Amino acid sequence: MSTATLPTPLTKKDFQTDQEIRWCPGCGDYAILSAVQSVFPELGIPKEKFVVISGIGCSSRFPYYMNTFGFHTIHGRAPAIATGLKIARPDLEVWVATGDGDSLSIGGNHTIHMLRRNVGLKVLLFNNRIYGLTKGQFSPTSELGKKTKSTPYGSTDRPFNPISLAIGAEATFVARSVDVFQQHLKDTLRRTAAHKGSAYVEILQNCNIFNDHAWESLTEKDARSENVIQLEHGKPLIYGKNHDKGIRLNGLELEVVQLGNGVSEKDLLVHDERHPRPAYAFMLAHMEQKPGFPTPIGVLRAWDNVPAYEDLISAQIHEVQEARGKGDLAKLLHAGDIWEVRP
Amino acid sequence: MSTTVVRPPQRKRETVERAVIRFCGDSGDGMQITGNQFTNTVALYGNDLATFPDYPAEIRAPAGTIPGVSGFQVHFSSSDAYTPGDAMDVLIAMNPAALKVNLADLKPNGILIVNVDDFGETDLRKAQMTSNPLEDHTLDAYRLFSVELTKLTRAALKETGLDAKSMDRCKNFFALGMCYWLYNRSMDSTLRWIEDKFKSKPVLVQANCLAMQAGYSYCEATEAFQISYEIPPAKLAPGVYRNVSGNSALAMGFVAASQKAGIPLFLGSYPITPASDILHALSAYKNFGVITFQAEDEIAAITSAIGAAYAGALGITTTSGPGMALKTEALGLAVAVELPLVVCDVQRGGPSTGLPTKTEQADLLQALFGRNSEAPVPVLAPCTPGDCFWIALEASRIAIKYMVPVIILSDGYLANGAEPWKIPEVSELPEIPVRFETNPVDFKPYRRNPETLARPWAIPGTPGLEHRIGGIEKQDVTGNINYEPLNHERMVRLRAAKVEAIVQEVPDVVPAGDPSGDLLIVAWGSTYGPITAAMKTVRTKGHRVGHVHLRHLNPLPKNLGEVIGRYDKVLVPEMNMGQLVMLLRAKYLVDAQGYNKIQGKPFKKSEIEQKIHEMLD
Ligand SMILES: Cc1ncc(C[n+]2csc(CCOP(=O)(O)OP(=O)(O)O)c2C)c(N)n1
Ligand code: SF4
Ligand SMILES: [Mg+2]
Repeated sequence: MSTATLPTPLTKKDFQTDQEIRWCPGCGDYAILSAVQSVFPELGIPKEKFVVISGIGCSSRFPYYMNTFGFHTIHGRAPAIATGLKIARPDLEVWVATGDGDSLSIGGNHTIHMLRRNVGLKVLLFNNRIYGLTKGQFSPTSELGKKTKSTPYGSTDRPFNPISLAIGAEATFVARSVDVFQQHLKDTLRRTAAHKGSAYVEILQNCNIFNDHAWESLTEKDARSENVIQLEHGKPLIYGKNHDKGIRLNGLELEVVQLGNGVSEKDLLVHDERHPRPAYAFMLAHMEQKPGFPTPIGVLRAWDNVPAYEDLISAQIHEVQEARGKGDLAKLLHAGDIWEVRP
Repeated sequence: MSTTVVRPPQRKRETVERAVIRFCGDSGDGMQITGNQFTNTVALYGNDLATFPDYPAEIRAPAGTIPGVSGFQVHFSSSDAYTPGDAMDVLIAMNPAALKVNLADLKPNGILIVNVDDFGETDLRKAQMTSNPLEDHTLDAYRLFSVELTKLTRAALKETGLDAKSMDRCKNFFALGMCYWLYNRSMDSTLRWIEDKFKSKPVLVQANCLAMQAGYSYCEATEAFQISYEIPPAKLAPGVYRNVSGNSALAMGFVAASQKAGIPLFLGSYPITPASDILHALSAYKNFGVITFQAEDEIAAITSAIGAAYAGALGITTTSGPGMALKTEALGLAVAVELPLVVCDVQRGGPSTGLPTKTEQADLLQALFGRNSEAPVPVLAPCTPGDCFWIALEASRIAIKYMVPVIILSDGYLANGAEPWKIPEVSELPEIPVRFETNPVDFKPYRRNPETLARPWAIPGTPGLEHRIGGIEKQDVTGNINYEPLNHERMVRLRAAKVEAIVQEVPDVVPAGDPSGDLLIVAWGSTYGPITAAMKTVRTKGHRVGHVHLRHLNPLPKNLGEVIGRYDKVLVPEMNMGQLVMLLRAKYLVDAQGYNKIQGKPFKKSEIEQKIHEMLD
């Protein structure tokens, strides 16, 4: 065995750039950047293998602040650019930074097709429920009736639930975290990094300039534990300040139950992120839309039995080359009926 | 009627220089296959040739109607065949609608073969004909052969056990057999093709072969034809030849480019007529490591190719007009981030959906200027189907050398038209050197090569070269985000200068015909054939005419202005409203005249001749 000198381990600093960060002070994007910069060095991947691709929006400035290969592309198209990159170089670790407008409005089509193909990309959706960069129009995740610059009388658009959309597109990994829940966010990023295939992570992000307090009911110290439920694989769905509330399956409906008085953990739904039925993940995703229910965070789905797109493509090329032999250009040019004209 | 023949003592065989034959029928009649087979056979025999497949946008318009007519024209010759031919010597019309649509192009006294079995009252009504042309003397000016194609085919196939419908599907091969007899051609290559095509259904091999042989024997036995023709092989330059269409040549050209460059080929594409065949062809070349990505739309098609180019692959995307429009914004990105990319636009009639299956050259200005702000790109145009191969190589080479997106403008006529193509030796192909940056010492993503002004190709995965690129304006050299006014102007000028620098790759133009004189024809793209053909006859009449055919539309050849100055008049034939002519007038302050045809059809040789005479006589 040869003795290779181990490379010096990377640190958070290695992923910071010398570029002046141009997000507004107090923007939730800082926290996300910090979490990513903390997790990347832990992954044991050489720095040059990381590529961060983004679209357009405040959130899409992300690559400029990561000292990796980075590509700030055009509005909505990051998944398509990243797909080309990943197919051409499956060995690279490709992350996509995108916003709710970028990914779900102009880039909605690319998002769903990336997910159904299961391209090995890690997508971080910065969901601030607003168009930040264009200074405050409603987005596809803004709530019905929301007053913004372009909806002075309230939005008439029904919003997307990004998690539902991803599940509907047959995403193999769907998770949610929150900018200010640093520990949870980092854990979620680690899980994301480990997934093969498309990983779609909605990060609830505060835009303190155009949509401040958008997630306050989830992030406020006092409200947090009552309004958020943390999903963990194989664990019952329990939440509440005193860990005294749970989610139970009643027929085809979920219900919130108070533990005690004959109701125990055994009666609760046990989270199964590998559940093969979309109905299960949909039920969790839609929970928050019902009054009195908490918002789930964590990994909603993690399927590990679907091949990654780039692997299928490489395998097919390999198979054809095995069967037909590597292409010979002269043969290709002379294929079919040929004839010779003699001098 | 000409079918009542007095048996001649011995049938004549006449040697002629060239012939033009058109097969036409319903979209379901297999006319494209028939035409392709005939083409292949005459090519193998050694004739020069040009073809013109003309098919409807509808896959199956109602049978027997005018919109359902599909045609395939072949011009084959013992000298040269620059165009598919203005008028036909032989027309095969499988039904009244096909006759109605195509008759006008048949030469007086030309041979007209019709399937008389499909000239019933309902057939005539479907073609909106009130009287039967086979009986009302409208066809007196032609040599009419009314053949019971359906009945004779069924009779020939009665032993096969096929049902009537399946038998009727073989009648195109009966007609093809007749044409092989008429031009003294061997059926071997088509027999081989049938065997291969239907190898999983032996009964269809038998049926189609029988039908073709029956057509051949029919001519032999009935002596309906008193004459057959001989067209000796053409004197093409020595070498090994094959037939290629523009689309297949482009596909091979891209594979060749990838092999010469030693980097994988990545095609991002979304199906669209008439470009889809490039996607089909490249998808079959997986053994060359070609990655084909059928994207969700044209935007994903081009952006995935940009992603692949960023990764170090030869990224290409293929489309036609409407798809080209969708790629606009991403092309601007490729200009800004200075990555190599080849965008191939197989032009068709427009605007919007326009004429999906018909040809046009009206995307030139879009290719040159159709992006927001100052976003110059090199534009190349092949002039014949075979030239598509060389243009694909040239575009790829320029894209890589100059780190720039390059547009290829092909068109529907080149895409589907075919010609004999002299197969090059692999060693004759241009080298395409690729250099990926690897040196991290003082690496700057926008530091330029002084000769080409290209920035380095620094692909992800290279240690020490981590950097960011994007569509936001960049600082010269460092590539950092920069909004300073003077830096922006500098970057705009640098991007333009880089594209201008490509002029060093563009050979000086040497006019065909007279090097100076009365008239210079300047043109581009698929008009090459008819102009070249017209030039021959016009010059024999004493006019001093030159012809410059531009393969590089941006940058234009250095000496073009000087060459233009050597002639009294300048004519610019184009299948658009006058796009190149506008550029030439603007750039060279020359009173160039446009000649514009916007009918979804290529120019005829005679049209160009006439226009030249109009200008000179
Ligand atoms: C083709 C195109 N259309 C519109 C814009 C303008 N634009 C830039 S960012 C943006 C919305 C960004 O919203 P989001 O994706 O939610 O990102 P955020 O700024 O909130 O992080 C829009 C509409 C653009 N850059 N490009
Ligand atoms: S506008 Fe909002 S999202 Fe954009 S940087 Fe400022 S706070 Fe952040
Ligand atoms: Mg947003």
